[in-house]
Amino acid sequence: MQKDVRFAKSHEWIAPGEGGVATVGISAYAVEALTDLVFMQLPTVGRKVKAGESIGEIESVKAVSDLYAPVSGEIVEVNTSLPDHLETLGKDPFGAGWIVKLRVDDPAELASLLDRAAYDALIGSQPH
Amino acid sequence: MSESATPRVPASLRETPLCRWHAAHGGRMVDFAGWNMPVQYTSIVDEHLAARAAVGLFDVSHMGRLSVTGPGSLDWLESLLTRKVAGIAPGQFRYTLVTADAPGPVVILDDALVSRDTDAADGSPRMGLVVNAGNRERVVAWLRSRLPAAGVDLVDQTLATAMIAVQGPQAVELVATLCPPADGARIIALGTYRGTTASVAGRLAAVSRTGYTGEDGVEVTVAAADAVAVWEAILAAAAPLGGRACGLGARDTLRLEAGMPLYGHELLPHTDPFAIGLGLAVNLEGRSFPGSGALAIMKAATPERVRIGLDLGSKRSAREGNLVFTSGGDGREVGVVTSGSFAPTIGHAVAMALVDRDRAAEGGMLDIAIRDARQPARVVGLPFFKRSPAGGGKPPAA
Repeated sequence: MQKDVRFAKSHEWIAPGEGGVATVGISAYAVEALTDLVFMQLPTVGRKVKAGESIGEIESVKAVSDLYAPVSGEIVEVNTSLPDHLETLGKDPFGAGWIVKLRVDDPAELASLLDRAAYDALIGSQPH
Repeated sequence: MSESATPRVPASLRETPLCRWHAAHGGRMVDFAGWNMPVQYTSIVDEHLAARAAVGLFDVSHMGRLSVTGPGSLDWLESLLTRKVAGIAPGQFRYTLVTADAPGPVVILDDALVSRDTDAADGSPRMGLVVNAGNRERVVAWLRSRLPAAGVDLVDQTLATAMIAVQGPQAVELVATLCPPADGARIIALGTYRGTTASVAGRLAAVSRTGYTGEDGVEVTVAAADAVAVWEAILAAAAPLGGRACGLGARDTLRLEAGMPLYGHELLPHTDPFAIGLGLAVNLEGRSFPGSGALAIMKAATPERVRIGLDLGSKRSAREGNLVFTSGGDGREVGVVTSGSFAPTIGHAVAMALVDRDRAAEGGMLDIAIRDARQPARVVGLPFFKRSPAGGGKPPAA
């Protein structure tokens, strides 16, 4: 995991990259908490999203969860192989299990998210 | 995702005698009908498939276990339940509804298993009722309000006992191996919905060939103090066969595949039991019990909506409350999903729904509104999954 990765309280991670395009996924904690993933819906490329807006859904045997955009921006790429290989989310949630790439509107928005230590503290306080 | 990925468990929940075992062995504990219960240990899918392939252990101690004893017990239950109690043989179980008097439509308080045993001392009937956890208190209150002045004793044994469901193609033989030979032979010889007493792992147990998974299997009831020892003995014997402890998540997907109604979902206080395939749970012939008049009217009428199975063929699941529409065309609303999930044995999503009678024919196509999408689904017969008849007995109707 790269050092400047940030986390939303809703368990998405976002890693800044070249040209203002950031990669978004969900944390290992979230994958482990969901378990039994069976279905995922990805957003369409080109969609403009606001921070906190639902950009897709991930469904386990028990329940459906929304995926939220951690910051505002435009969806520039989606991991199309992921819905047919949801096991990748468990094996490599911060790498091959990436979900979307987002051209970030305002890089300063990332600073409002949790850093690694703050996120670890958050999940440490949640029941497993 | 939601901020809290796992629900917090309030401190005031009831605990079964196995609760601490579950928590210490990776059980994800949730509030289920006021009880602190494991929804899963590892994976609902793995636990589900273990029960289908070999054996699964379920703590069902949260379910209510009532004993009804005394010389008047059999006749009293006969006057209250929708199934004929008088004809139950010693050692036999029957699926029944518990109904209450009310002006207007019948009020179904619960579905339950009623059983009969014989008092060893005086030969009087010893009746049992197993009721749903969420309905136990109101069923007990209702029954107490109907107790005669003498001749019937009603005792809620729930907290004094534990019940372990051992389900799967290898379940019956597995439990038999933990018993003295004579007891084991009696368990193997049990017909469906029959029970006996036995020494299981050295502890006195009531063993019945019952369950809620669509599998062969038994339910083992022991004193609360014996629960952990019996659970661990069964689990230790099951593990080499691929057996495992299963949470309530797998129990729900197993019963869905088996097409079994669940109180609070398919079965509600004013549900027409004849419309959801539970006509066999209501015996009106020459009988009178609370609500029998209203049930007779329901039986004579043609229900507007009936229970069906829907095969979505997708990974995306329909959930309770999703509306059902006619396929394409006008897209008229014709029903509602009562239970739905990914079905691990089948490999895609299935659902049960109540739909207009004229849309219930098998093979027809309907649309389910799931969030912002319309998911096509085919009407199919229930159950979705039926075990091969290699095991003993035939699966119960419900």
